[in-house]
Amino acid sequence: MEASDVRERGEIELPVRPDGPVAAVLLAAGIGSVVLAVLVIWAEAKESFADSLAYDLEVGPLSGKTLWATAAFLGSWAILALALRRREVDLGKVAVISGVLIALGLVGTFAPFFQLFAPD
Amino acid sequence: MELSTREFWALIHGLILGGAFLLAFSGGLAGFFSLRPELVTAEGLRERVRRLTIGTTAMAVLVWVTVATGTWIVYPWYREDTEDSPRSLLLANDDTKDWHEFAMEWKEHIAWIAPFLATAAAFIVIYYGAGLARNHGARRIAMACFIAAFAIAVVAGILGALITKKAPVM
Repeated sequence: MEASDVRERGEIELPVRPDGPVAAVLLAAGIGSVVLAVLVIWAEAKESFADSLAYDLEVGPLSGKTLWATAAFLGSWAILALALRRREVDLGKVAVISGVLIALGLVGTFAPFFQLFAPD
Repeated sequence: MELSTREFWALIHGLILGGAFLLAFSGGLAGFFSLRPELVTAEGLRERVRRLTIGTTAMAVLVWVTVATGTWIVYPWYREDTEDSPRSLLLANDDTKDWHEFAMEWKEHIAWIAPFLATAAAFIVIYYGAGLARNHGARRIAMACFIAAFAIAVVAGILGALITKKAPVM
């Protein structure tokens, strides 16, 4: 169905818009979460990597982890939004993929899990 | 009766933004549940979409501000390399070190997933507008993002409150 199509309900128009941009933000949320988890695990496993993420000495490695995760979220959102802006996608499938990515992010940022990767 | 600069920012981060966040969540959640075209008139639908947009957008902004102030303003005081910083005090005692090694280590990371989800929920509401009333799938996905963002923020908030009770930033 064309994006310009509208359904009428009484006096209000309920516009039908392509789902692509919504798929983009959902996938971006998943990508941002996974990037955060990967950085957290990697920083836990390698002290030199953790030190390299300390862009702000007072905040420490958390500064780099959060800046890169935010950049991943915003960057992937921008790229995917451009790529999917006029596309009709199966939002249910996208939601499942995003849900899996977010679940991975939640597991990876759970302290007892990422601390398993700490050197002895 | 005065608050130090550190106590002031801890209060802004934990209580003021947290309280506003709770309000925004309540408004947003009520908006999602009531957004059914069969229940309201055209004018009512328009008004509910406006309220839902305000609730979800406010929550997204509040979550971003909360994690930013927590990470960039309050957290450096928590972890500063002095004997009396909250982190040092917690780690100095076997009975309290888990408050840092488990609670703080978890809280400082998981909290950053909440703004991604809250932004996604707000974007879905803004993007579809009144069309969300008929798009049940998108509405359910937006609600799931909204509730997940809130749940994550609650975990971080509760851990933060408990850590502050054990070793406040002063």
